[in-house]
Amino acid sequence: MQSPDKQRDKDRILLAHGGGGQLTDELIRELVIPNVNKSMTAELTDSARIDVPEGSICFTTDSYVVKPLFFNGGDIGKLAVCGTVNDLAVAGARPIAISLSLIIEEGFEVRLLKKILSSVGKAAEENNVEVVTGDTKTVEKNAADGVFINTAGIGVCLPEVELAFGKIQPGDEIIINGGIGDHGLALISQREGISFQSQLESDCAGLAGLTCRLLEAVPEIRFMRDPTRGGVAGTLNDIVFETGHSIEINQNALPVNPVAQAAADLLGFDILNVANEGKFIAVVPPDWTGKILQICREHPLGKKSVVIGAVKAASEMPLVEMKTSLGGKRIVRMPYGLELPRIC
Amino acid sequence: MLERIEKAEKEIKSACERLGRRINIMEVCGTHTVSIFRDGIKSILPDNLKLTSGPGCPVCVTDQWYIDCVVELAGRDDCIIATYGDMVRVPGHSGSLETRPGRVKVIFSSEDALELARKNPDKTVVFVAVGFETTTPATAVAVREADSEGIDNFCILSGHKLVVPAMDAVLSNKNHRIDAFLCPGHVAVIIGYGAFGKIVRQYKTPCVVAGFEAVQILEGLAVICEQLAAGQSELESVYKAVVTRQGNVTAQKTIAECFEAADGYWRGLGKIAKSSQKLKEQYRRFDAFDRFGLKEEHVEELRGCRCGEVISGLIEPPACRLFAKECTPRTPVGPCMVSAEGACAAWYKYENKKK
Repeated sequence: MQSPDKQRDKDRILLAHGGGGQLTDELIRELVIPNVNKSMTAELTDSARIDVPEGSICFTTDSYVVKPLFFNGGDIGKLAVCGTVNDLAVAGARPIAISLSLIIEEGFEVRLLKKILSSVGKAAEENNVEVVTGDTKTVEKNAADGVFINTAGIGVCLPEVELAFGKIQPGDEIIINGGIGDHGLALISQREGISFQSQLESDCAGLAGLTCRLLEAVPEIRFMRDPTRGGVAGTLNDIVFETGHSIEINQNALPVNPVAQAAADLLGFDILNVANEGKFIAVVPPDWTGKILQICREHPLGKKSVVIGAVKAASEMPLVEMKTSLGGKRIVRMPYGLELPRIC
Repeated sequence: MLERIEKAEKEIKSACERLGRRINIMEVCGTHTVSIFRDGIKSILPDNLKLTSGPGCPVCVTDQWYIDCVVELAGRDDCIIATYGDMVRVPGHSGSLETRPGRVKVIFSSEDALELARKNPDKTVVFVAVGFETTTPATAVAVREADSEGIDNFCILSGHKLVVPAMDAVLSNKNHRIDAFLCPGHVAVIIGYGAFGKIVRQYKTPCVVAGFEAVQILEGLAVICEQLAAGQSELESVYKAVVTRQGNVTAQKTIAECFEAADGYWRGLGKIAKSSQKLKEQYRRFDAFDRFGLKEEHVEELRGCRCGEVISGLIEPPACRLFAKECTPRTPVGPCMVSAEGACAAWYKYENKKK
């Protein structure tokens, strides 16, 4: 039997786990690798060597500081893989490898870390990417909030696909692959100190399977983006800003889960500003809309795909406008940065 | 639903044609303002019907001195500020709560604030208690609970206000152009729609209570337009399923147990008699003004800002020379640009076509 003190040391992350010595080595060999990449055969060197086919690669990075670490529909581990996979996917690439850097707060429970790492491994497997390199650092108590994760990813650009703002033209249609706002609302409803419960589940998912199938069938797609922070409003406003064209969306066409809408109304949020983690917005030539919707709807992540609006030539100042369900019109603006719950 | 919308639209149109002059209807409440913009209601109304936003956005009418007090308390090591999200970005003379990280917790209810006090016995939790009659009962309940449980590290900065005295203040301005009020459904749930009767009788101004869905707003406007066209001024409610004439008596009693009406300053409107809620003597130990010795002072309002005229219905936001120039949601000068429910912010977000 181990003494209680020794046992406690095994249950919690210590500063020494990030010190580069025996404890670091143990952590990586016994906890990280078996969970995130079971089939890893290469030696533990300072860099991973990856064979890539000819052509270009896409390279991206993102940091994850989500709170709470575990939420309905996922956790920070799943998010850290899916987020980076999605950044590659909407750039028109097939993700092949990602890195995983952990910054862990001293005293964090090993049990929770294992759960997060196992989510990383599962998400990587589901999305056909390999975690090929990584890093582990520990910081003093209160210098981080549990765990922060950074992932970077490499993807191989799909042939004949060129997604760019510059290709967007008036008349193009705008497609989304399902209901909006679920991620942001699920998260806020579970945050500490907020006495608001809901059955909402984050839509957190890796989109590369769907986007690769789509782009291989229809390389004519003009542009894709995942409407994460800033939500659909943020992405559409980016498009308007970069292209100088206007966009008109139709409120009646927007796919919204009624529970999400109710939560947004209660909090005073505009659901168009709320983050998504398993959605893409695609700008497509109208001739291809039918085929694209058909392919999307055959995929589990695209069953509710719809056209939500179209690109228009700007008359005065380029704007995102929404035709409301009353038949009125209003502007959809770039959100400030963070939605705040209102008073009444 | 579509039928109800079409019917209301038709009635509004017909009444406005009969009226043949410009009419101004003030929606008192910020939640109505946001619904009106968000659903694009203005864009389907006849040209001679104008909607103006009233003094019903709690953040907008909270005076500068109060904001400065909150920001000052947020600078103390021994305090945690518990606040509704809307207050976080309101600029005080020395920054906003957003610039005081770590000391501010955004909460959703007064109960959350009390819970913070229970969990942090070594800190004083100051609840930023703002809002109209909709949020006051919850504050009163928290104060009562703190009293019975002996939670002494909890206190409130009461900025609670009353709706009807503000409507009275708007109409007592000789230059007002308000033909009728669209009254807030959720406030009416508490105070009862009968409470607006005073305004109807005294000023011969129609008051119609409506809910916050687009169709309810349109139905409320239709009733108002019909009244105006027929030369009537009546008290009505189109939110009958939810609102009664006498309101929620239990909630009213809860408020009355903890609070009493006192004179108070409103941003833009100045001092209004018996318009603010002050903690009663028996609960005064939970009064953060008393606890921290904060003495009310008159604070200069910001130069060039015409928010007072906006919430009195005298001008529309673009008539202010600061609007969309120095004053934007990112760099708000006046209170109506700060809150998402403020008249200027809603106008900027949904209506303004200039950069």
